[in-house]
Amino acid sequence: MKRFSIGKLTLPVYSVLAIAFMLIPIVYTIVFSFNDSNRGNTTWKGFTFDKWLGVCNRPDVCDALGNSLLIGGVSTLIATILGTALAIGLVRYKFKARSLVNLALFLPMATPEVVLGAGLAGLFFNMGFAPGMLTVTIAHVVFCLSFVVVTVKARVQTLDPVLEEAGRDLYANPNQVFWKITFPLLVPGIVSAALLSFSLSFDDFIITYFNSGEVTTFPKFIYVAAARGVPAEANVIASAVFIATILLVLIVQINGAVKRKKLLKVK
Amino acid sequence: MAIDFKPSGADLELIDVRKEFPGFVALEDMDLHIPAGEFFALLGPSGCGKTTTLRIVAGLEEQTTGQVLIGGKDVSGTKPHQRPVNTVFQSYALFPHMTILENVAFGLRQRKIEDPLKKAMDALNLVELGYAAQRRPQQLSGGQQQRVALARALVNRPALLLLDEPLGALDLKLRRQMQIELKAIQMEVGLTFLHVTHDQEEAMDMADTVAVMNKGRIEQMGAPEALYDRPKTAFVSKFLGQSNLFVGSVVDSNAASVSIEVGGHKITAPKNRAEKHTGKICIGVRPEKATFHRSAPKLGADHVVVGPGEIIDIRFTGVSNQYLIDIPNIGEVTVFAQNVGISPVVELGEKVWVSWKVEHSFGLADLPAGNEEE
Amino acid sequence: MAFAAFGSSSATEHKGPTKSGAIVLALLMPGLIYLGLFFFTPLFSLIITSLQAPAETGGIGEYVYAFNVENYKYVVENYLPQILRSFYYATVATIVALLISYPLAYFIGVKLRNRPLLKSLMLTLVIAPFFISFLLRTIAWKSIFSDGGAVMQTVYNLGLMQPSEHFLGSDFAVIFGLTYNFIPFMTLPLYTTLERFDTRLLEAGSDLYANPSKVFMKVTLPITTPGIISGTLLVFIPIAGDYVNASRDFLGSAKTSMIGTMVESDFLQNWDYPSASALSVLLMAVIVILVATYVRSAGTEDLL
Repeated sequence: MKRFSIGKLTLPVYSVLAIAFMLIPIVYTIVFSFNDSNRGNTTWKGFTFDKWLGVCNRPDVCDALGNSLLIGGVSTLIATILGTALAIGLVRYKFKARSLVNLALFLPMATPEVVLGAGLAGLFFNMGFAPGMLTVTIAHVVFCLSFVVVTVKARVQTLDPVLEEAGRDLYANPNQVFWKITFPLLVPGIVSAALLSFSLSFDDFIITYFNSGEVTTFPKFIYVAAARGVPAEANVIASAVFIATILLVLIVQINGAVKRKKLLKVK
Repeated sequence: MAIDFKPSGADLELIDVRKEFPGFVALEDMDLHIPAGEFFALLGPSGCGKTTTLRIVAGLEEQTTGQVLIGGKDVSGTKPHQRPVNTVFQSYALFPHMTILENVAFGLRQRKIEDPLKKAMDALNLVELGYAAQRRPQQLSGGQQQRVALARALVNRPALLLLDEPLGALDLKLRRQMQIELKAIQMEVGLTFLHVTHDQEEAMDMADTVAVMNKGRIEQMGAPEALYDRPKTAFVSKFLGQSNLFVGSVVDSNAASVSIEVGGHKITAPKNRAEKHTGKICIGVRPEKATFHRSAPKLGADHVVVGPGEIIDIRFTGVSNQYLIDIPNIGEVTVFAQNVGISPVVELGEKVWVSWKVEHSFGLADLPAGNEEE
Repeated sequence: MAFAAFGSSSATEHKGPTKSGAIVLALLMPGLIYLGLFFFTPLFSLIITSLQAPAETGGIGEYVYAFNVENYKYVVENYLPQILRSFYYATVATIVALLISYPLAYFIGVKLRNRPLLKSLMLTLVIAPFFISFLLRTIAWKSIFSDGGAVMQTVYNLGLMQPSEHFLGSDFAVIFGLTYNFIPFMTLPLYTTLERFDTRLLEAGSDLYANPSKVFMKVTLPITTPGIISGTLLVFIPIAGDYVNASRDFLGSAKTSMIGTMVESDFLQNWDYPSASALSVLLMAVIVILVATYVRSAGTEDLL
């Protein structure tokens, strides 16, 4: 059998091409954040750092960003707490309605955003809540919750219950067992879930559009601006978020790899 | 509830403990008494209920009925963190997010004992791992983790230490070493140890008393030598070492002995070593107590002779040879012979007789599986 | 399911749930009550609204409770093109996403299993598009494929398309955008399944005289079906309800409107709440049927 064959190369080459394809709009967005554009940002006018330096010269962009961050933060906090509790309950405890609860948590992920958006808007209208920051935040928690549960659940499942038994055997009452043993070991999963929830909230458009009233979030700003032309400042913000996130993920990965290497060395 | 930490071990008593799970009964009428300061082994195959017993004593499971007394006090219904008991888990269960020093100090901190770190360090030194105090469990080998788990339990000076097959994952040499160390520590500190294992050699080697469990009950309990020398049930005779078992109806019974007739042979056991004296009974003998002869031996009434039969298998195990001899109307009989010479003394196919002293026979209380009770 | 990729990838097989009690309630209740209030109630309220009738006093947006099943008839008759188009787009986009994602997921999950750093890097790149707003991504494609842009100019020069034809605004453009945006949602579940796939089965297959394509069809494909199904659900369902890609301001035109487009315009612009709700309920019903079919065959444990 030949050592080197074209066949072996197809998969890696394909994968690299596929990923390059996926990254095209990202590269485009970042490049055009340096465009010396005026209103629209569709043709290249020249390279400039101006937009990066003066990103809040267009206050509406920064306001929208601020709203998105606030909504993201609050909804993530709520979703993470509720979701972590749900995940622990689902994995560790046996109860009759398990299938039903699994299904109930799956449905929000399977519901199209228009349906949820319209439904919530209708509900808020009937309850007499005017659409605004509160309604958007409430709405965001709804669709983030299930994703938090999925992520934390995966982490809880890797936790061997014998560790908690050891804790109880060593004179820790249930409260102490949770805070000193279970929770510290769950933290990586909880952090992943929180990050996931925040990104989902930050990037959400449809549900937000139906429920935000006068409040503008970053994606809503872009949607409304799409007809006239999205300003380069928006590109700047999106690029900054992107770079920050990629760096964060890379740091976490490298940190994990370094830690693993360190653990292997000393015996 | 204040825990009473005695400076030395406490005794353990299980009274009529029963544990039911949905669909099956794990423990039935468990009665057990372990005196303080003893090294006790619970021996049995997987699924016999020994781990369940351990967990009930630790408080990690609750018995369906029955009582558990530690040091004379009924602890039924109390939680694990309220009992003066510590467990060394089979998988060690070291907390991966703490250093091993913190692991060992954990129980002390929960009990608000003074100077936990120093005491933890002393315990680590006892198991010769003081130098690794700041490492994480993942950085240690299996044997080292096991010693940390032991230190973590011992440092709390529990009245009762439970060990759940702690040596299972270690290789042979390390296991032997740990067996010696464990026994030494137990004797030095004077704690009561309850050791659960499926390894009969380990149990016999380390324990003062061994209880053999099968299907949720204790079949026989006693000193290792007594158990080995005189098993009382077919299960024990086969689980602890090997046995040749013969089933037949009693044909002769006098003050000293009882005999059965099997395939034309008379097999005798002393009456004080036989559980049953009438009807259809099972008499057995350990393979190492039997020898074989190339010609019909002329032995007195204090010997049992069966044969002739053909040698159908010879296995060389270093220290000894194991011979399998097929005797018509009786079945297959195993004989162990120590290798005192260099080459095998007989060959496959040879016709031999097997004999052993009557005083080595034992009579069982039940019959091996597949035989009908009368 | 999909996002196990974000959690730890080493799951120990240990015994399942152990006890029940009051603690379960304390853990589950807050989340479930929240969902009950803000997920199930809205769905229920959609159904109610979909049955409302116009109020007699009748300004726009005034409705009364009724049992006006007529709304559904109206919706199906008037929005049939959008309904069919939505499912058409969703089907095509899902299939294409599957075809594109599977080899990629296979490469990362199987071939890169022993190179953790490279694997993490590739995975990060796969989900990287998530970190830039999907609206901006779609706008980027819109700019790239605009008539005056370099890409289209080249296409016109090469004679692949006539100058009177456009890429933007066509079904193809919308499907392209949808597929692009949802590839990560297909790749991740496929990756999770393939990552756990025991490659020794492949060796067993070839040992038993199967050539590589047979091994793929008879071993790999059947075993990775759960991932395919998860991915399909995660892609098909959101696409059916999407309207951004198809919007005139993005990749679509007046001729590519979807269910979502109609729901949005009815709800937010025409204030025709019953129609919007009826359409939403219809969409939801189709999806519930799809999910129910899946759950019937595979149970609920793997959903989450």
